[in-house]
Amino acid sequence: MTATDTLPTRPDSVRPDAAAARPRFRPGRLASVVALAVVAVLVLLWAATNPRFEWPVVADLMFDPSVMSGLAMTLFLTVVCMALGTAIGTAAAAGQLSDFGPVRWTCQLYVGLLRGVPPLVQLIFWFNLAYLVPRLSVGFASWSVNDLITPLTAAIIGLSLHESAYMAEIIRAGIMSVDSGQRDAARAMGYSGRQTFWKVVFPQALRVIVPPSGSQFIALLKGTSLVSVITLTDLLYSVQIIYGRTYQVVPLLLVAVIWYLIVVTLLTLVQRRIERRLSRGYDRSTSTRARSLEGEPA
Amino acid sequence: MTQAMTQATAQAATEPVIRVHGLRKQYGDKVALDGVDLEVNEQEVVAVLGPSGSGKSTLVRCIHQLETIDGGAMFLDGELLGYEAHRGGFRTLSESRVCVQRRRMGMVFQQFNLFPHWTVLKNITEAAVSVHGQTRRQADERARHLLDRVGLSDKADAHPRHLSGGQQQRVAIARAVATRPRVVLFDEPTSALDPELVGEVLQVMKDLAETGMTMVVVTHEMEFARDVADRCVFMADGKVVEEGPSDRFFSDPRSERLRAFLSRYSGERRSPVGLQEVSS
Repeated sequence: MTATDTLPTRPDSVRPDAAAARPRFRPGRLASVVALAVVAVLVLLWAATNPRFEWPVVADLMFDPSVMSGLAMTLFLTVVCMALGTAIGTAAAAGQLSDFGPVRWTCQLYVGLLRGVPPLVQLIFWFNLAYLVPRLSVGFASWSVNDLITPLTAAIIGLSLHESAYMAEIIRAGIMSVDSGQRDAARAMGYSGRQTFWKVVFPQALRVIVPPSGSQFIALLKGTSLVSVITLTDLLYSVQIIYGRTYQVVPLLLVAVIWYLIVVTLLTLVQRRIERRLSRGYDRSTSTRARSLEGEPA
Repeated sequence: MTQAMTQATAQAATEPVIRVHGLRKQYGDKVALDGVDLEVNEQEVVAVLGPSGSGKSTLVRCIHQLETIDGGAMFLDGELLGYEAHRGGFRTLSESRVCVQRRRMGMVFQQFNLFPHWTVLKNITEAAVSVHGQTRRQADERARHLLDRVGLSDKADAHPRHLSGGQQQRVAIARAVATRPRVVLFDEPTSALDPELVGEVLQVMKDLAETGMTMVVVTHEMEFARDVADRCVFMADGKVVEEGPSDRFFSDPRSERLRAFLSRYSGERRSPVGLQEVSS
């Protein structure tokens, strides 16, 4: 049954009405749905029936105490490094936008340097800092750098600094996205530079900052797996220790993969919620200018 | 510059609200203001007219210290704006003292520049609370009174984006006067509006003028300049070409440039009835 059968032969005999129209039949779509379903079933069958996945082992070790403590370390590193990275990144972003040359150049150099060095290289470098600086002295106090730099401190320093360079760029772009008229209006009201930034510019910049920051957070979470090279017992290193003993490589990697996916999915949901909250008072994809010039009250 | 400053101090008794002396402003090689003099007296409404690029917007932006200046001096109630005496000369004022000076002036922008993340009420009250130290209740009370005066008392809790351009600009005017400034500067307040929304904004400005507010209005609205302004200033190429009382200014322009400028506008004159309609 095709559409032409039911259409009137003379166009003026029936009044056309879009509300009564039927959707077209699209054979390509039907074919692709069938193909995808077949592939999905095959993959699931293969995963379920292949004994090498060792699903019972996966189930058994999902909540193993050492896996749990590894997961806790991964989450701890992610949160701490994101917080530090955001704080340092905000300062670096403000510095890059400073009208005072020396501060601006310093911050640009900082961001350029830390963004340019791979995080893995940074981790190994900070871990081996004692070769370069054997002792650290502040006034009369002095510490052996070998004592200060544990796998944990090296990981926190390396990941935070790496993260701060990316956050600096994200925050800088967010601040620059705020219309200069907003800054003019705030200053005209008599707000100080600080008030202008925190009351007017930053809240508006957040809408631009949050989506890429969410992706950064997720990237950092996965990036923490790098710390296994400096023997910090994060999620990945914890499962590596176990399979080093039991040789159950695949099921233990699956345990890590499943946990990473669970946390990333939760983070994505949180990110969506925050984005929706921030967009209150804004209409999606309508610019201020276009909207206000239309002059239609809602 | 020094001479201008001493002169002004001597005349403090009869000091106008705003006084601008030999103001110069350059953007790179381009001279935006080339020795502008301006005085605005208490309760006076001064319209600044002129072709695009004549420097009239730059003038009000300089007075409000949104731009740095390259020469001359400006005073608010006899107080030097943006500079202070220092070791027999002058130096730029600290940012915090510039803020304090700005708080005594209000400004209305061409693009309204309301803060989109705040409600209409908060747009009006926030500076009164966090800058002028009023209580939230005082500020709210005044804001609601002002919203009533600009005819938007039902929009207090709306976000700016849900208002029309004319409504946004009326809120912006309420915001500018909420902290009881000495003078309100208008930078082409109706230029970004659809023609049918211009009247409501001009009416609010007219009402404001009738309360005795001192106003400097950069505008292309000739009707408004003639009917509401006490005095008109005509600028071209960064200079004041002619100024005078509004009635004389339009009926008897003296300079050739002003005559040419006015003749270009006489054809597209909006009916003065438009002003009256909105007020009812």
